Amino acid sequence: MTLTKAHIVENLFAKNIFTKTESAQIIETLFEIVKQTLETGEDVLISGFGKFSVKEKNQRRGRNPQTGDPIMLSPRKVVTFKCSGVLRERINVGK
Amino acid sequence: MTKSQLIEALAKAEGITLKAAETAVNVTFQSMEQALIKSDRLEIRGFGSFKVKNYEGYKGRNPKTGELIEVESKKLPFFKVGKELKERVNGGTSQD
Repeated sequence: MTLTKAHIVENLFAKNIFTKTESAQIIETLFEIVKQTLETGEDVLISGFGKFSVKEKNQRRGRNPQTGDPIMLSPRKVVTFKCSGVLRERINVGK
Repeated sequence: MTKSQLIEALAKAEGITLKAAETAVNVTFQSMEQALIKSDRLEIRGFGSFKVKNYEGYKGRNPKTGELIEVESKKLPFFKVGKELKERVNGGTSQD
């Protein structure tokens, strides 16, 4: 099964604080804030879950994997995720 | 940005109480944790997707002492950034 935003909205709605529409709006805004923060290059640290950070990648030579043609990859930013130790342990219980 | 700063920003943006915003943030990350603990896939459109990958154990060395050590197999969540976020951190254009 794949968890989607719709499931998170359901879980929030089940708390009986917000209507379905409000729940959907709030979850949308929540991810929007996280995206805006990463967009400015700032890390987002959720204790117990993990850390999202933006890393700068230098320009490098690469190859088109299909044709093998050499190409120059431009400098870019990538978003990385580091799992928290707590979550990591919980994922590995009963491994 | 920390979780408490995210809660404050959400409360402000939505005009809801800090307590309500805290519930929303906790429900979100707890839902995501539960999925990962069950090794379910998790996909947030425009943000990214997670899946739990299995890593085989291997024999390694302590880089400081050179001592031979057994690294046990493990599971780790792998995050793949979504198209929208990928483009936004790069100033709105995809570089591929």
